[in-house]
Amino acid sequence: MTLNMGPQHPSTHGVLRVALELDGENVVACKPIIGYLHTGMEKQAEYKTYTQSIPQTDRMDYLAPLSNNLALCLSAEKLLGIRVPERVQAIRVLLTELTRISAHCVWLGTHAIDIGALTVFWYCFREREKVLSIYDMVCGARMTASYFRVGGLAMDIPDGFLARCEKFVDEMPKHVNEYEALLTKNPIWIARTRDVAPLSAADAVAWGVTGPSLRGSGVNWDLRKRDPYSGYETYDFDVPVGSRGDAYDRFQVRVAEMRQSTRIAKQAIRRIREMGEKGEYRLRDFKYVLPPKEEVKTSMEALIHHFKIVAHGFFPPVGEAYVPIEAPKGELGFYFVSDGTARPWRMKIRSPSFVNLQSLPVMVEGKLVADVIAAIGSIDIVLGEIDR
Amino acid sequence: MSLAPHGIEERLRERFPDVPFEHQQGEAVRDFTLYLPAGALVEVCTFLRDDAALAFEMLSWMGGVDYLPRVPRFECVYNLLSLQHASRVTLKVRVSEEQPRVPSVVTVWPTANWHERETYDFYGITFDGHPDLTRILLPEDWVGWPLRKDSPLGYEEVAFTHNTPGRLKPSPALKKLAPKKVRYRAQ
Repeated sequence: MTLNMGPQHPSTHGVLRVALELDGENVVACKPIIGYLHTGMEKQAEYKTYTQSIPQTDRMDYLAPLSNNLALCLSAEKLLGIRVPERVQAIRVLLTELTRISAHCVWLGTHAIDIGALTVFWYCFREREKVLSIYDMVCGARMTASYFRVGGLAMDIPDGFLARCEKFVDEMPKHVNEYEALLTKNPIWIARTRDVAPLSAADAVAWGVTGPSLRGSGVNWDLRKRDPYSGYETYDFDVPVGSRGDAYDRFQVRVAEMRQSTRIAKQAIRRIREMGEKGEYRLRDFKYVLPPKEEVKTSMEALIHHFKIVAHGFFPPVGEAYVPIEAPKGELGFYFVSDGTARPWRMKIRSPSFVNLQSLPVMVEGKLVADVIAAIGSIDIVLGEIDR
Repeated sequence: MSLAPHGIEERLRERFPDVPFEHQQGEAVRDFTLYLPAGALVEVCTFLRDDAALAFEMLSWMGGVDYLPRVPRFECVYNLLSLQHASRVTLKVRVSEEQPRVPSVVTVWPTANWHERETYDFYGITFDGHPDLTRILLPEDWVGWPLRKDSPLGYEEVAFTHNTPGRLKPSPALKKLAPKKVRYRAQ
């Protein structure tokens, strides 16, 4: 029998369609069908300046907008050959780690709902809401943040921002304990996830799986450690790794990652405090970055720079660059080809969900149909990023 | 220990003396990039994956680029990742407009499957040996290759009387939607 799961199935996390060939309860073949959310972001980027593409990226993995912003900005900065100030790096690290916590919260809540544990969802969304309020505080938007800019940030952090982040980060481990109290030793949860949707380390590597799914399979690979960006090499944190590569291991890796993220965020807060609650939030190179508004009002040169950047954008040299980052879901990167104009000649998005979803047939073929839901949930996909 | 990028190039030249590898030069080419002919692609990729000193066991991504009006017009870009050595290398293959064909690397890295489908979908480049080369992100019945530079950004023109030949009056369907005359009590 052929069963068509989706694209409007609630547990497919958006508009994923999975064509399942069944023999009784067993899955014989599985084929994910995607593209229902395709908006042609790569094509559109060729008609926009680099900065204009930043709001587009918020709509990719809409659960982790700032990770997407960061990946685009880092690639553009590499293309330009510029380096942002340390204070900016620390703010970026703080916010992307909070993003990771919030993305994992949504993942845990929805994954648990898929499998039938309704309670966890309300706990997770409570904390996610706090991160969204932090976004709101820093840039005025809850979900589509667009806060990072090539060469820095859109604006400086507001008063009381660090205190608020600190309060959240201090409380968070306690909340993670609550999630764990509900799930980690829960016999139903273990029965639904232990040895379900297994993925061996060799398969994970061959299928290009990255992020928590790869680490759940026992491969110690985290770009923050192995190919650091934004100064991650100076932070103290551990990389949680699973052993059996099943849905339960992926759950444990993500929960442990939330704890590690709070550790990193704490260190970042301390550093930002040391460098000043107010300070430089952009590179002072006005060929690429908007000058501060106060200077625009008084200095002729700043006014010209402002006008040039707003009207034309910046002009990277002819060449290409790719910087991968460890987004909540895996390796995310933008490959830019520049022809020397203000618009990228080509922007290729390497999105983790797109690649990770390919491993779904490996996980579910030959297994029971009821576990397909658990498998999809455990990969942690966002269709906005898959279809782009 | 990771090999320096030039070590990778030397090792490849040593193993494949007949293949004309070409190191990409450029002001802002920020990553180590090698051009190679399409014919040698699968062989070189298999070597890069299996050689212990290189061990590029993962294909991070692959994609196409259209360089219209340059000849040859297209390029396929392969970003290889070695987890053991934490190193990356970018391979490029030039593809002509008349014969947009590249051998598929699905046999080397199964993950290439969807990437190659996406490149086919966007650029119309055919991958020989691909098990299921169909459109992936666009609808099956889509005509054209949207990411080619001669493909417009695209929008559907709104039908007005002036741009719709043969339509002088609003269509009957539109008439139905016209606002009704409303009578107010005060009148």
